[in-house]
Amino acid sequence: MKVRLVDIAHARSGDKGDTANVGIIALEPRWYPLLEMFVTRESVARHFDGMIEGPVERFELPNLGALNFLLHGALDGGGTLSLKTDAQGKVYSTALLRMTIDIPDAEAKRLRLPAHGEKSA
Amino acid sequence: MTRVVRVAAGQGFWGDDLDAPRRQVEGGQIDYLMLDYLAEVTMSILQKQKERDPAMGYARDFVSAIESVLPAVLERGVKVIANAGGVNPPACATALTTATGKRGAGGRLRIGVVTGDDLLYRLDELIESGEPLDNMDTGEPLSTVREQVLSANAYIGSEPIVAALRAGANVVVTGRSTDTALTMAPLRHEFGWASESWDQLASGIVAGHIIECGAQCSGGNCLYDWKSIPDLANVGYPLVEASSDGSFVVTKHPGTGGRVSVPTVSEQLVYEMGDPRSYITPDVIADFTTIRLEQEGENRVRVSGIRGKPPTQKLKVSVAYRAGFKAVGTLVYGWPDALEKAEAADRILRERLDRAGLAFEHVLSEFVGASSTHGRLAGDQRDVPEVQLRFGVRGQDKGAVERFTREIAPLVLNGPPSVTGFAGGRPKVEEIVAYWPALVDKTVVRTKVEIVS
Repeated sequence: MKVRLVDIAHARSGDKGDTANVGIIALEPRWYPLLEMFVTRESVARHFDGMIEGPVERFELPNLGALNFLLHGALDGGGTLSLKTDAQGKVYSTALLRMTIDIPDAEAKRLRLPAHGEKSA
Repeated sequence: MTRVVRVAAGQGFWGDDLDAPRRQVEGGQIDYLMLDYLAEVTMSILQKQKERDPAMGYARDFVSAIESVLPAVLERGVKVIANAGGVNPPACATALTTATGKRGAGGRLRIGVVTGDDLLYRLDELIESGEPLDNMDTGEPLSTVREQVLSANAYIGSEPIVAALRAGANVVVTGRSTDTALTMAPLRHEFGWASESWDQLASGIVAGHIIECGAQCSGGNCLYDWKSIPDLANVGYPLVEASSDGSFVVTKHPGTGGRVSVPTVSEQLVYEMGDPRSYITPDVIADFTTIRLEQEGENRVRVSGIRGKPPTQKLKVSVAYRAGFKAVGTLVYGWPDALEKAEAADRILRERLDRAGLAFEHVLSEFVGASSTHGRLAGDQRDVPEVQLRFGVRGQDKGAVERFTREIAPLVLNGPPSVTGFAGGRPKVEEIVAYWPALVDKTVVRTKVEIVS
């Protein structure tokens, strides 16, 4: 089953120089393992391919049900040098939540994942 | 009953809600009011002001903030800690004594002034003594931009603030203290935490990280269930109720809007985060993977379990330098084919700039309403009602940037159709003050505390 991250996670992003950080947090603690398994450094790098110039790093915070991504070279130079509308990377958070992950049907059912577009309770 | 110390945040940046400090002292019981005024670029703006007038160079809003909370400070013993001193903490203290003296504060205001973070006049000495101040991101030595430097400040920790409180200050004014130290220092002072009480110090740092952006942990800018967050017009700024073991509760005053919940606090915890195991400050390295959050009651989140470890022997330095000029111009194109029209205008503008022989270090065009923030991820936007072309240039030649600002308006009559949104006139040319992160050895920075009353 295809699941959009926006239906199973929330997020906030910010900047440090030319690097954007995106923290994504599972809406339900039981969904965190899905984030850890399917939202990888590689899949996020593919998601943002062509939009960022540097590598992607990932850090895990199982205590918060969260992953933190660093997107290097994401802010057109960053800070005051950047010419971007989103020079401080504030909405990279929701750009990541557009990502779709493919979960085996049985697993999706067991975790009671919302179908595409349906919000969790 | 265990003793609780309450630290409230009343300002998340210079330009935040002017009335928030007063609401924080009047809305309920607090012991400390913490006001964070400094962002990376703020220091260079303040340095420019100080160059024009040696009595300036601090966050002037702070003077009216103190006036608005003066009864609480004098009658109820609320203490205020702020990095409002900018590049001139002594001048900030003078302005405070002048303003509050007129209001009959007499000698009852004891201002602790923290200095020593300013490295601007020591830069050459530091470089000569073997501190190259290499850019942490690019590795370049500071000498490449030395002539353009406007300000240079070390991020200092909690110790001088603790010393000021110990000396009896009821207002502490610092320069470039870390945002988190402003919250951790009063807790360290009140509970007598030793400089090796890593877990407690780290807890104080996490408390600081949560409340340093003001209402951003109490419902502001919160994506989780955002439509249900009540009364943001009257949003409650956060406060922490801390205990001597380091654990604390994040909450806000009764009767205020917003929300304090595990999701609102979690979003703030991941904000501007690097490696969560290693949140480096001058006092301690906090491990964010040890944080435990619990909803203890309505608008009350308990935070506990935090572990810390010894800090590094370096301090971060924030250097601001002149880095050229930029300007951004915009035009709005309407349906049908709004995006195609904006794209055509972009091509025309680029061709005209080329023909005029204008060269820039960088040119960026964005299509606001179609792809400016989410790029290709936004999908097909061919049928949207309007698209804004947002065209920016950057370079060292101010004349070229100025010339660019005159190329936007003609497109209204001699470019693609259905164009509007140019009423703001010509774009402004801005000087760029850029930020250069570096490290110095801790031993070279000597802070000083003075009590002024």
